[in-house]
Amino acid sequence: MLLEIKNLHASIEGKEILKGINLAISEGEIHAIMGPNGSGKSTLSAVLTGNPTFKVTEGEVWFRGKNLLEMSPEDRSREGLFLSFQYPVEIPGVSMVNFMRAAVNEHRKYRDEQPLSASDFLKLMREKRGIVELESKLANRSVNEGFSGGEKKRNEIFQMAMLNPKLSILDETDSGLDIDALRIVAQGVNKLSTPDNSTIVITHYQRLLDYIIPDKVHILYNGRIVKTAGRELAIELEQRGYDWIKKEIEE
Amino acid sequence: MQMIKAYTDIYEQHAKTVSRSCSKLLNGRRNKAFEKFKSLGFPDASQEEYRHCDLNEVLSIDYGMNINRIDIPINPYDVFSCDVPNLSTKLFFIVNDLFYNNGKAIGLPEGVFCGSLNEFSKTHNAVLEPYYGKLSADSVDGMVSLNTTFTQDGFIVYVPSGVVMEKPIQLIQILHGKEDMMVNRRLLIVIEDGAQAQLLICDHSLSPSRFFSNQVAEIFIGKGASLEYYELEMNQINTARISNTFVSQAESSKLLMNGITLQNGLTRNNINVCFTGEGAEANLSGIALGDQSQLIDNHLFVDHALPHCTSQELYKYVVDDAACGIFSGRILVREGAQKTSAYQSNKNLCSTNKSRMYAKPQLEIYADDVKCSHGTATGQIDENALFYMRSRGISEPEARLLLKLAFTADVLDRIQLEPLKNRMRMLVDKRFRGELSKCAGCSAPNC
Repeated sequence: MLLEIKNLHASIEGKEILKGINLAISEGEIHAIMGPNGSGKSTLSAVLTGNPTFKVTEGEVWFRGKNLLEMSPEDRSREGLFLSFQYPVEIPGVSMVNFMRAAVNEHRKYRDEQPLSASDFLKLMREKRGIVELESKLANRSVNEGFSGGEKKRNEIFQMAMLNPKLSILDETDSGLDIDALRIVAQGVNKLSTPDNSTIVITHYQRLLDYIIPDKVHILYNGRIVKTAGRELAIELEQRGYDWIKKEIEE
Repeated sequence: MQMIKAYTDIYEQHAKTVSRSCSKLLNGRRNKAFEKFKSLGFPDASQEEYRHCDLNEVLSIDYGMNINRIDIPINPYDVFSCDVPNLSTKLFFIVNDLFYNNGKAIGLPEGVFCGSLNEFSKTHNAVLEPYYGKLSADSVDGMVSLNTTFTQDGFIVYVPSGVVMEKPIQLIQILHGKEDMMVNRRLLIVIEDGAQAQLLICDHSLSPSRFFSNQVAEIFIGKGASLEYYELEMNQINTARISNTFVSQAESSKLLMNGITLQNGLTRNNINVCFTGEGAEANLSGIALGDQSQLIDNHLFVDHALPHCTSQELYKYVVDDAACGIFSGRILVREGAQKTSAYQSNKNLCSTNKSRMYAKPQLEIYADDVKCSHGTATGQIDENALFYMRSRGISEPEARLLLKLAFTADVLDRIQLEPLKNRMRMLVDKRFRGELSKCAGCSAPNC
């Protein structure tokens, strides 16, 4: 098992958002988590990556056999967890090159590997940039600064390619993307997919799932996973909306 | 009062010694300055301009002054290797307040003089008469009049009309000695019409003794002339540096000033810029990095007395531990100074609960067709950016470091001299990593 979430509760400023999540993901699987606004989808990704804004009040998370909740955000990343942010952060003054060099080399250090030479690193950048058709000039700019919405999302997948994670969480990666950018991003994700790594796709809409085909679809509502099924569930949601789920729960 | 008396007594008893080997020019300004010092005294914390910069403690130390001009026991060319390699500068040294003359000032363009202010003013009195002591004469800061009273030498850069200096000039000012000491440093920079020069001044204290450096710089930039003026302070914690810089800019002249406080004890920089002709541009920027109990105070005053001039200010502070940063920027746009552009930005990072930052932007506008703005912001490291970086596997300390470096990047980018810019980036990086335990480039014994 790659990831195992058991009865996870989390809150922000005393308000409970996650109310007992259970989820298990094996190597090579793609899981979609869908749900209406405010159901806790982004909180789940924030808690898994160790965002200090949220407090875990109960439950366990095991990642590759290790207790994830005891790890710092940086160690979670080095262990192979990756989050494609819904709102990637702009960091003026830090160039993409320096940012990625620092990240890649810290990952290597964690695995007792030597830092990449400057030329090997630039070669790696070039190679991975191609996956999401990211222009080379963006790599020389400050992290996300002045990037368009589509460029920011492509940049997230580029970073994912650079860090080669075991589990990637794509948090609303489709939001704000036009259809061409959506295709490029989705194709990028598919290119990176192997039998050893897994993906969680968090999304409102079915359209991303036309490109990234999930093995399982979960519906998160009011802090709990209330329904799990195959790909057909996403199609049903697209046709019927979320109201029938809400009704089903309330009954 | 007692502190003032200590210095007035020295002058009254030793006035002859002070002026003995000095030029008519230096001696000619002394007595008036002395009278002024007697009435002004030292700046103190009861004055608004020195409210957060209390000099009482550093002035209460019983400093020696080298009024007998006892020679320097070291050859700075031997003990001090170059700070900024690849810059191929014309290199000069001031040790304490003595100009170190090694007779090597060769290869300068014709008519240019860099070197001892005292010696040059003996032979070129008429050239310097319109400049020396002129801009500083109206200052109401007692440190300035004290400096003029005691100045026995200094450093002069004289670039005559139309001469473009290709190589930068580098002046390294060293504080050295076993005794606690006050030094009165004097700089006179004259860039005549159409001339161009670049000047880098590096301050280093090489001994752990307590030093008080009292510096006055007067800078004249002629019509259409340009000057790049870089200052780097890397002093030790026991050093107090009070610097008063006065700039006069003629029509269509350009000034680029960049001051970096990398390491210091107590630092007060007063920078005064006045436009005497239209179409002049002043670009003032600086970085102040403070930790431990350091204090860094930059006081700027830009006087837009005439129309069509531009001033831009960008000052950034990173204050750590229990350090204190002070920024005061006054911009005065006088009546009739139409089409003035004046922009000021001051941004600060306070890294700890004990660190303090006082920021005081002041914009006074008496003309009605101007573009002016000012902004100051003091905050902490952006937590969102920090988390974003950590989520990519970058450790928290490294992420903080990268964010601090990024914070200072736009000030460093204003440095026009490429090798200097690269060197500064490296020094700032090392400083944040705590690897600047001693002065870079210093090979002095007992340092």
